[in-house]
Amino acid sequence: MTIQDVNTTRRGFLAGSGLVIGVAIAPKMLSAAPTGVHAGGDPALAPMNAFVKIGTDDTVTVLAKHIEFGQGPFTGLATLVAEELDADWSQMRAVHSPTDNKVYANLMFGLQGTGGSSSIANSYEQMRKAGATARAMLVAAAAEDWKVPASEITVEKGRIKHAGSGKESGFGAFAEKAARQTPPAEPKLKDPKDFVLIGTELPKLDTHGKTNGTAIFTLDITPDNLLIAVVAHPEHFGATVKSFNDAEARQVQGVIDVKQVPSGIAVYADNTFAALKGRDALSIEWDLSKAETRSSEDLSADYRKLFGEKGLEAANNGNVDDAFKGSGLQTVEAEIVFPFLAHAPMEPLDAVFIKADDGSVDIYNGAQFPGMDQSVAAKILGLDETKVRVNTQLAGGSFGRKAQFGSPYIQEAAAVYAATDRSRPLKHMWTREDDIRGGYYRPMYAHRMRGAINAQGQITAWEQVIVGQSIMGKADLDETSVEGASNLPYTIPNLKVSAHNVQLSIPPLWWRSVGHTHTGFAVETFVDELFQKIGKDPVEGRLALLGEKPRHAGVLKKAAEMANWGSPLPEGRARGVAVVESFGTFVGQIVEVSVGPEGAPRVHKVWCAVDCGVAVNPNVIKAQMEGGIGYGLGAVLFDAVTLAKGGKIVQSNFHDYRSIRINEMPDVAVEIIKSSEKPSGVGEPGVPPVGPAVANAWRRLTGAPVRQLPIVNIVSA
Amino acid sequence: MVTFTLNGQERTFDGDPDTPLLWVIRDFEKLTGTKYGCGVAQCGACTVHLDGTPRRSCVTPISTIEGSEVVTIEGVSGTEADAVKTAWTGLDVPQCGYCQSGQIMSAVALLQMVPKPTDADIDGAMAGNICRCATYHRIRAAIHNAANSMEG
Repeated sequence: MTIQDVNTTRRGFLAGSGLVIGVAIAPKMLSAAPTGVHAGGDPALAPMNAFVKIGTDDTVTVLAKHIEFGQGPFTGLATLVAEELDADWSQMRAVHSPTDNKVYANLMFGLQGTGGSSSIANSYEQMRKAGATARAMLVAAAAEDWKVPASEITVEKGRIKHAGSGKESGFGAFAEKAARQTPPAEPKLKDPKDFVLIGTELPKLDTHGKTNGTAIFTLDITPDNLLIAVVAHPEHFGATVKSFNDAEARQVQGVIDVKQVPSGIAVYADNTFAALKGRDALSIEWDLSKAETRSSEDLSADYRKLFGEKGLEAANNGNVDDAFKGSGLQTVEAEIVFPFLAHAPMEPLDAVFIKADDGSVDIYNGAQFPGMDQSVAAKILGLDETKVRVNTQLAGGSFGRKAQFGSPYIQEAAAVYAATDRSRPLKHMWTREDDIRGGYYRPMYAHRMRGAINAQGQITAWEQVIVGQSIMGKADLDETSVEGASNLPYTIPNLKVSAHNVQLSIPPLWWRSVGHTHTGFAVETFVDELFQKIGKDPVEGRLALLGEKPRHAGVLKKAAEMANWGSPLPEGRARGVAVVESFGTFVGQIVEVSVGPEGAPRVHKVWCAVDCGVAVNPNVIKAQMEGGIGYGLGAVLFDAVTLAKGGKIVQSNFHDYRSIRINEMPDVAVEIIKSSEKPSGVGEPGVPPVGPAVANAWRRLTGAPVRQLPIVNIVSA
Repeated sequence: MVTFTLNGQERTFDGDPDTPLLWVIRDFEKLTGTKYGCGVAQCGACTVHLDGTPRRSCVTPISTIEGSEVVTIEGVSGTEADAVKTAWTGLDVPQCGYCQSGQIMSAVALLQMVPKPTDADIDGAMAGNICRCATYHRIRAAIHNAANSMEG
């Protein structure tokens, strides 16, 4: 579907971006109000699938097709609408759109979904058109009412004005009349030089409720008579229930029922504590016959065995085999092992199911692929898809965790609900232990790197082998395993990249920045090692090989300028550099590191330059760089999910799956490159460079290259 | 039966005495600003003020708070609370927002004890509050801004 296909007919407009008039934005009220927009009540709202609503009170509400979990789409999409609508920022609001895979499709995916740092990139024209269309209809309505030519009407900061007659109005007074206007066939968009909101530091729309406890997340939806359910899961991946005894669990005050579901044993209770206490009281015998029983160490050894075998070709330029045979060459080799990583969003997985009087079901959850959630839940609940409404809620983070093909979490939650008589609303929740041990990890990977340097000190050959699970479940090459490596930005005449897909019963998933979480680290630490070997400065060395990549070079130069690269450092400190492109956004980072109290790196400062095309919201872009740096740094320093001998998962909560804390967070400076390129995303691209930049600083400081993550394990080993 | 004060109002609880304060607040009192994040006092999302000091409500059995005063994000008020909330909004600290009630409760308690905290004071008081979005950079700046605003 192209952007032009949306909103060019009246029907399309009403279904796509129309003014829905005089609508109370207040969501369906439960005892705590979810932000879902399936409000019911007003038949004029059906099918409630527009991008912009204008209230009679002058508020402009944007129906965001992308979930807000901190990365800023409420603010970003509203900025795009407000710009073309000539609204005042103070009148803007945002809520989640209803679920509809067509109307609310991510134009890059073809179905409704949030991911791949695509919210602004795929919405940039669509939301501006939605705003421009609404503006044109308001102007037409005012022109009709004031009996003046539409061409003489101006709109500024939410005020519609006609200079000749001195007439002036807000949007609300014309909202109803505007909805009856014929939308323009092709709304005219502003020349970017005329932008007044895009590119400015606007306050975020969702901050207020997140500072006073009123923001409602899925876990906060507490209708009367709510049943709480938790599921006891196995400690081995692939294990199933052999038998269980629930006698003690049923004795727990508040426990209502215990049932076997496909993923384990579900305990239903009147309150959360009773459900947890009941679950603790279960005794379950697990069948391990099909379980993964290898340890992380076993897997690492198995992965390394594949380095020498022929893999799936991802890149093959020049002739790498010959290039390693020349005389007078220095060769450098490195093997790097990356652990499984849990996403560990602050809000563990959860969902609320409520049956309506007609038997249809409302689901409330932090839906990253809401259409997929709807479809799998409908199947399990035995309902037509039209009888299941997914009401997307604010989510306490995701980092990729909620974007899953086949929505396995919703499958479990729906199965738990389907096992009841549906007379009571049900909340299914995971605990932190379920979350850390629940799989869908950033897969474990092993890389083998080889580089050749000729007598003139030039890097002439680069070979990289990547072993790990295919996130996409492919038998052939999975681009997400090799992205960032197969398209190496550096000009090296002989380049070969290959991959091996490994089959495990540990379910894989993308994790904030996907393949770049490991390829960025491997590429940027290895190239840095080669520069060190040939005595080249890491900034100059990179720039010399980035001749065909001006945007990489641009952010690297900017970061170097910000850090005053080359200036003398305090005793005991070193700096490291990395530059990574991901999701069309270019990020260069320089870090300053010393040896910290645990003998692990202490990162004092990060200078970050980002080029994401047109900067829609500098405030959000900076926040995402700061947060991405903290998230990436925490993982590289501290995080691993490991399997013990026999296959049991070792970690269970934040005491052993450590998150970065405030005392470990560096000072961060961010600058945004001015650009007129189409905007690209910022949710993920801040993550990849920080790890390799820290490892590079560490190697220069201590002489020890980082070959295994997290770093804290090698320094304490 | 346990009697306590919640945001200034007297409340009673006669369920399982082992029930953590967190779940009494959320499930029984239906105040949902206080969040569950770990259940083992590792993340601070459940931080409330118990008789004036920050406490992880997820590991505080209701049976241990007889006669105590509990204040949650919904009820926290006063000079420090106002300063912190204003500073938080001014810098757009929250991202996903889920941990922020706990962050704010810890920050308010810090400023009540130390009106002009150093970076080391902030580290000491806030290291128990995890933010997976890593908004720490702005949390630190917001606490300094709040302290500065209280001086005037």
